[in-house]
Amino acid sequence: MAEKQKLIEIKNLKQYFNVGNGQVIKAVDGVTFDIYKGETLGLVGESGCGKSTTGRTIIGLYQATAGEVLFNGVSVHAKKSAKELKELKRKMQMIFQDPYASLNPRMTVADIIAEGIDIHGLAKTKEERMKRVYELLETVGLNREHANRYPHEFSGGQRQRIGIARALAVEPEFVIADEPISALDVSIQAQVVNLMKRLQREKGLTYLFIAHDLSMVKYISDRIGVMYFGKMVELAEAEELYRNPIHPYTKSLLSAIPHPDPEIERTRRRTIYDPSQHNYKEGEQLEFREVALGHFVLCSEEEYKKYKAMYS
Amino acid sequence: MEKLLEVKNLEVSFQTYGGEVQAVRGVSFHVNKGETLAIVGESGSGKSVTSQTIMRLIPTPPGKIKNGQIIFDGEDLVKKTDKEMEQIRGKDIGMIFQDPMTSLNPTMKVGKQIMEVLTKHQKMDKSAAKERAIELLRLVGIPMPEKRVNQYPHEFSGGMRQRAMIAVALASNPKLLIADEPTTALDVTIQAQILELMKDLQKKMGTSIIFITHDLGVVANMADRVAVMYAGKIVEMGTVDEIFYDPRHPYTWGLLASMPSLDSDDKKELAAIPGSPPDLTNPPKGDAFAPRNPYAMKIDFELEPPMFKISDTHYAATWLLHPDAPKVEPPEAVKKRLRKLSSNYPQPIIVKESE
Amino acid sequence: MQQIPKEMFQPASVDLSEAEKISKPSLSYWKDVSIRFRKNKLAMFGLVLLVILVFMAIFGPYMTKYDYATNDLMSTNQPPSAKHWFGTDELGRDVFARTWYGARISLFIGLAAALIDLFIGVLWGGIAGFRGGKTDEVMMRIADILWAVPYLLLVILLMVILGQGLGTMILAMTITGWINMARIVRGQVLQLKNQEYVLAAQTLGASTSRIMFKHLIPNAMGPILVTLTLTIPSAIFTEAFLSYLGLGVPQPLASWGTMASEGVQALQYYPWRLFFPATFICLTIFAFNVVGDGLRDALDPRLRK
Repeated sequence: MAEKQKLIEIKNLKQYFNVGNGQVIKAVDGVTFDIYKGETLGLVGESGCGKSTTGRTIIGLYQATAGEVLFNGVSVHAKKSAKELKELKRKMQMIFQDPYASLNPRMTVADIIAEGIDIHGLAKTKEERMKRVYELLETVGLNREHANRYPHEFSGGQRQRIGIARALAVEPEFVIADEPISALDVSIQAQVVNLMKRLQREKGLTYLFIAHDLSMVKYISDRIGVMYFGKMVELAEAEELYRNPIHPYTKSLLSAIPHPDPEIERTRRRTIYDPSQHNYKEGEQLEFREVALGHFVLCSEEEYKKYKAMYS
Repeated sequence: MEKLLEVKNLEVSFQTYGGEVQAVRGVSFHVNKGETLAIVGESGSGKSVTSQTIMRLIPTPPGKIKNGQIIFDGEDLVKKTDKEMEQIRGKDIGMIFQDPMTSLNPTMKVGKQIMEVLTKHQKMDKSAAKERAIELLRLVGIPMPEKRVNQYPHEFSGGMRQRAMIAVALASNPKLLIADEPTTALDVTIQAQILELMKDLQKKMGTSIIFITHDLGVVANMADRVAVMYAGKIVEMGTVDEIFYDPRHPYTWGLLASMPSLDSDDKKELAAIPGSPPDLTNPPKGDAFAPRNPYAMKIDFELEPPMFKISDTHYAATWLLHPDAPKVEPPEAVKKRLRKLSSNYPQPIIVKESE
Repeated sequence: MQQIPKEMFQPASVDLSEAEKISKPSLSYWKDVSIRFRKNKLAMFGLVLLVILVFMAIFGPYMTKYDYATNDLMSTNQPPSAKHWFGTDELGRDVFARTWYGARISLFIGLAAALIDLFIGVLWGGIAGFRGGKTDEVMMRIADILWAVPYLLLVILLMVILGQGLGTMILAMTITGWINMARIVRGQVLQLKNQEYVLAAQTLGASTSRIMFKHLIPNAMGPILVTLTLTIPSAIFTEAFLSYLGLGVPQPLASWGTMASEGVQALQYYPWRLFFPATFICLTIFAFNVVGDGLRDALDPRLRK
């Protein structure tokens, strides 16, 4: 693990939103994790837990309230020249949730895909630009006849692939996928996930895969982080997290997933998470501690000892 | 078992600028008393249109029931006037939607919305209705119902709203509850609570449920029987065990194989169903699934497959069940599921049209 | 059951790339809009009416040998006849010539006012909506304050300072007219700027002006266009109204408003002098309104029942 190269380092990231009359929503409240080059990190949690905000803050759509995001060792949020910033943005791209809202309905598919090429001046001639567009369309399993059509003529899965082609156009190293499949039909989800995995193999991409569908996340991710109310409560390798969940919230989340198997369903029992069950004493420090190799849990000193004992 | 609802050969179309969209193309099924029938399918498969047609909620025009019968409690709902339907809706048949905000009135207190059903359909007086409303809110697991009854929908969280909507739907003790993707917008933990609640209420009140979803995990959890829809038709129908442990239609195979299993570390490529669902303004000749079907035979492009009966309860519409068809192996992920079910006939039987 | 030949059960070669094919002809948004618009009979009637009105405004004055400004005191207040098709006014000027000359002025004022409104409104509303926060607050409060000043007072003040004339008239209309457009554009932009395709453009590194002109304004075009078509008739009506109060374009220039204003004084004896300008004001406003309504329906089919 240690020899793996860190591509993204997120250090104590905080994103607060001022919602008026003195109220502040702590959407992301001190999150620290790394993403290694070439891996897929899954980020799961319930709506409002801050997983999407984390993604959007990393890519710079929001200005972070506090904390740092390093890309290849360079801070994303620090002041830079416009040119450096543009170059940095090129390396990080995003795939969005809603295949209907993420493509401009007034632009042709060719213009949508070529947007990044135009912005960054990646094609010198019109022919070169169209050649890139055709290549990208074929990469995502569409064909050149689709280039002059408008988004509304495509199905949800096809649109999502157009969105992927748009992100790929600028040859990014790191892609944040913000619930890329949750708006798609089951039969189409697998298409998109397979495509993303293939692209990762071929282009050595690094993914941050944000989702609430845990079975897909487990399938696509190397490691998974679980978020709860703006904090990351557990982070481990995918298999490890499913086999040995430690934090009670992770346990309750896993026990709530319905399995596509009637027999398992007839016997599945759900555990319920109650934040007060920790019985934290006043002033007790909660920290993200490594309980087993590469398996981190947000816990108090006392819990840490307990978890450690349970584990070994 | 007694049939509460029987839909026979239902055909529904919509007139659009692009032409006539044949959303439902000859669907027949029934729902027994006290059971849950899950209708599975992707968007555009006609599952929501079917349920809305039962409630007679499709706007006409552009929608039109072109053919078929909907026999509910011995009466054909297709022939009912709008006035008569108003009596049935909300009284004998309740409905829950994906987005509770579309069915709860945002300007009316939640309690009042429940009371309205009670005073209208059950002729309760106001104080009795209020008491019952509080009782219903408690039943669906809303804490402090005495206080909640006087609140507006926007003061409820998403999961609570869904519960309130279930309370409204249940207020008149409907015989049939139609739930159209009621948990799709919810988080898994809330989803689990709502599903538990629905099962619990079904046990207490003996309601029949039509549960529309695309989540096979939810189906396995909720359903007694399952109908799989594709391109406006039911392609396979059977008990939940038959569908999950002995699926016969290649589309059902595709659905089951395209989901990763939580229990295996298998990182092999998922068996995705290629392509997109067909355009129902021009449904393809033959089997609508054929262009996406790796098992397709020549006949699939010529002639629509008939329904084959595999057991008393298990039906599938695919030429693969024909005695002349070659034996094929389902995808790896499906093969792992297969079990020998004792109720199967020795040979699939073709169902006659009139049945 | 019919017998099916055995070879029909041979596996078919399925070309899976076929599955991605889109059978429908490609239809851009604007083509789709135009199809829907053309199906709307009333809107098409309005459009035809507008074309005729514009045609007459351009060529009408040349169809008669009479000039709009030449007095002919020998034949004042004549009823419509073969010589003077719409009759003459109190100075013997040909009402037909004046009507179409007036049409030019009225339509010009309407169009100019609408275009200036469009320009300022889109810019102002676009910036306010996109920047949001303090900028939005300040810009929209300025608009509110301007909106709150009594309109007639403002116009009379302008007339006093700048004198009556076409320019003053247009200025008077646009000084508060753009606010409506600005509010609509701002509302649209506020809604659109959080759409995922705008976020996508931002993550690609798009500049503000690119987002504005490639993403926001094209998608707000529908409401902008509708507002534009509805601004023209309201400007024409305002012109008529101001003229009626004696604040219109100076003599011998004619607009429908000034003609109606003069005509009303002689209504009892020479009704045609009011009839013609008033009819055309009504027809124009009607035509623009039905076209605007038709556009709204065509641009956003969801709004229709």
